[in-house]
Amino acid sequence: MGGAPVTAAPSAATVPPITEDPAPAGRGRRPRLGGRFAGGASSRWFPYALVFPLALILFGYVVQPMFATFAESVGVDGVANYTEFLRGEGVARSSLLTSLGISAASVLLCGIVGVAMAFLLKRFQFPGRRLIEAIILVPAALPPLIGAISFQLLYSETGILPRGLQQLFGTESPVLPFTGIAGVLVVHTFTMYPFFYLAASAALAGMDPSVEEAAYNLGAGRVRVWRTVLLPMLTPALVSASLLVFMTSLASYTAPLLFGVDRTMTMQIYINRTNGDLPMASTYASVLAVVSILFLLAMRWYEGRRSYRSQSKGIAAHRREITNPFGKWAALAASILATVVLLAPVGTIALVAFSADGSWTTEVIPSAYTGQNFVTIFSDPRAFQPILNSLQMSLIATVGCVVVGVLIAYAVRRLDFRGRALLDVAVMLAWALPGTVVAINLISAFSTGNVFSFGQVLIGTFWIMPLAYFVRFLPLVFRSSSATLAQIDPSLEEAARNLGASWWRAFGTVTLRLMVPGVAAGALLAFVNGVGEFVASVLIYTSQTAPISVEINNRMYSFEVGTAAAYGMLQVVLIFVVMVISGRLQSGRSASREAAKWTA
Amino acid sequence: MIDVTLESVSKRFARTGDTAAVDDVDISIAAGEFFTLLGPSGCGKTTTLRMVAGFYFPTSGRIRFGTEDVTRRPPNKRDTGMVFQNYALFPHMSVAQNVAYGLKIRRVGRAESRRRVEEALGQVHLAGYGERRIDQLSGGQQQRVALARALVIRPRTLLLDEPLSNLDAKLREETRTEIRRIQKESGNTAIYVTHDQAEAMAMSDRIAVMESGRVQQIGAPQEIYHRPANAFVARFIGRSNVLSLPVTAVTDETVTVGLPDGAETAVAAPVGHGLRAGEAALVSVRPEHIGLTSTTEPGALPGRITELEFTGMATNLVVDVAGEPVQVAAIDVPAGIAVGDQIGLRLNRERMWVVHP
Repeated sequence: MGGAPVTAAPSAATVPPITEDPAPAGRGRRPRLGGRFAGGASSRWFPYALVFPLALILFGYVVQPMFATFAESVGVDGVANYTEFLRGEGVARSSLLTSLGISAASVLLCGIVGVAMAFLLKRFQFPGRRLIEAIILVPAALPPLIGAISFQLLYSETGILPRGLQQLFGTESPVLPFTGIAGVLVVHTFTMYPFFYLAASAALAGMDPSVEEAAYNLGAGRVRVWRTVLLPMLTPALVSASLLVFMTSLASYTAPLLFGVDRTMTMQIYINRTNGDLPMASTYASVLAVVSILFLLAMRWYEGRRSYRSQSKGIAAHRREITNPFGKWAALAASILATVVLLAPVGTIALVAFSADGSWTTEVIPSAYTGQNFVTIFSDPRAFQPILNSLQMSLIATVGCVVVGVLIAYAVRRLDFRGRALLDVAVMLAWALPGTVVAINLISAFSTGNVFSFGQVLIGTFWIMPLAYFVRFLPLVFRSSSATLAQIDPSLEEAARNLGASWWRAFGTVTLRLMVPGVAAGALLAFVNGVGEFVASVLIYTSQTAPISVEINNRMYSFEVGTAAAYGMLQVVLIFVVMVISGRLQSGRSASREAAKWTA
Repeated sequence: MIDVTLESVSKRFARTGDTAAVDDVDISIAAGEFFTLLGPSGCGKTTTLRMVAGFYFPTSGRIRFGTEDVTRRPPNKRDTGMVFQNYALFPHMSVAQNVAYGLKIRRVGRAESRRRVEEALGQVHLAGYGERRIDQLSGGQQQRVALARALVIRPRTLLLDEPLSNLDAKLREETRTEIRRIQKESGNTAIYVTHDQAEAMAMSDRIAVMESGRVQQIGAPQEIYHRPANAFVARFIGRSNVLSLPVTAVTDETVTVGLPDGAETAVAAPVGHGLRAGEAALVSVRPEHIGLTSTTEPGALPGRITELEFTGMATNLVVDVAGEPVQVAAIDVPAGIAVGDQIGLRLNRERMWVVHP
């Protein structure tokens, strides 16, 4: 995969540029050759010249490491590692089944919550609706580790809610604690229902209300309209959301880590890696990669099919006012509850961030408060190092993502060349691979030097970290660039060319200039995700390169919960600052939303 | 003097496989001429224009500007001024910046540039609009900015790709007069693409009618209207009845055909028509060249009215003549006629014309 453009390039170079000789008498050979190169984008070799380095990067850092992992998995024991998956009693088999089971349950739960939320918020008018719409994505916006920690602090055996209820009812043990798989499912539901919510509300918004009215007009009752019109029209949105949630759950690592569910694919990768069994870790990674790729292909196949977007524009779906008094009070109560539930994770992190380390043992909420955690982080150079690391590594990765992502988006959207679909798939492959798999792939590929690391061993160095972030978040910049590019009329660039601009000048002064808001939104998203990255980092960091999330994890292990939450709070603040900036980037908005949909 | 020449130009796209989007097109356009490529959508007219602009290169054939071969010259080295169908104005630039873009690339000095931008905006009646943003302009104004942007660089050739198709009907007529005026004033050669035959008739010095990637006929508007080369042109330009009639005698310039009532008439035919007695000839006769009369008048073709539609200026009828529907557009209609009536048709034989299939 991704190899075709590489091999296609030389053959393109051998295509003679002109077969006839169009030069009028008196014109030498040299000026024509010069003209040929000045021709830039017009010549046949141009797309390949642009695409070749891009294809090489994708091959070197996404595709080739994947093969390296596979080689690693069969290197020592042949296929013996894989037969583990077929054995009835083995850890491998039960991990795979547990992962699949958790994913399926997550799809179901997220589907119910997400679709219900979309219907309530898009079809009904009730007090508090606007507020809920504004904060509905907050839990999902948290970085993966700090998000999972906040749910652990809220709902686990030692969590605020079960202990609060215990105190309230005076029972022996915490009430309604979520542990193990149930805990994982709570985290998944809260962080992944937005896939369904966004898909369903977009489908509802894009649906022409007159279609529904036509069904009523033809005599259908409410249930029948639901069954025969609304649900079928939502189906494409729900199917793609299901695939997304399934993939994301499969890749989920922090939730099983925090709730101690060891028998999942991602946890087994981590455990085998830390036990030094790289071949077995590679085997899990390969199996997970194959499953993820299958889902990626299923999604692309499904996306290509028709969706039921109505053609008529500008008709807003009418919202139904809740009129009966009981319903009104119930709606208000539900709104308040929803607001509390949605804000609770962030609130918990903020609260705990100000708690003194070691002061919170059996109380419902921490008992002693202090600002010392933040003072420590900013005054102790060793405590501040993870923040510097994260900012530095994310910045480097983001710059790489922007350069490569924008050019790939341009190539895929605007240029005509063989292997275009492969290039597109290769980028999305980087997105489909779980963070743990990306990390294992890079370990397999760069624990010895190869061409793509210029002969250097990258494992154990600083550079493996930004490289992992680059691979993981390149698709975000690609997606937002590509979405922006889709909104820019190709004839703008042609107009610039027609007025005498060279390809580079037309690209720079028109296309790139117009892409800025969308690209910036994607870049910010990549940067924020880099600062919050945990899943891949935890497998490849060294003590010098530990990023914020790894530091949070280490602090949690040494029971410095307050300091851990303070780091988390800083991540959260950064995210909200970036969200505000993104919102300001006028046309970048839709692009960033497009990209956000793809945030794993 | 010939300004733009297309010599056996063909264009095949990889996507469409074997079918040529443009198939062996030969056109030469004189300096200062307003030349229109006219045809239904998908006929290859825009592809042809884009090859002249340099956005596509021909699969085979040559394109010359004057004596220079520009077949594979990139678009930015061609010095053409193009007006795009959707105007393609740069949304991040003001009106003046849009118009000045080409001048900046040509390194025109600032004072000179400002003067020329003002002049171009004045030419399209937008003086004083320089500081506006593009989204503050109406569709018609945007169209004129696009025209000013193309004119200001004083291109050797002006290329217009359906520039009026996004305007409403009234504005369309005003603007086409305006474009024609500006083109005459500036003395530019203009190549204009449209699917609207009225627009083509009103504006052009010459028209190339295209269909399925091929040029069907090139000629002045009157020539194309009155002497269509083939059945497609006859039907596409205005409306026309193309009747298949038996040939009884031929000369170099006429063909004598038998009419449904048995009468015979000599019809003008293109030189080299190649028809022989006993074959069938296609004869074009336009609806407005058929008069209504009584069935008893000598020489009248008898028929039965199957459709009748009053449009104000004229009445459109479809008359069934021996099983063949004939369209008639009559200004004088006998009082009280109705669908089902028998009626006589009087063909204006001067205006009939033999066309190729």
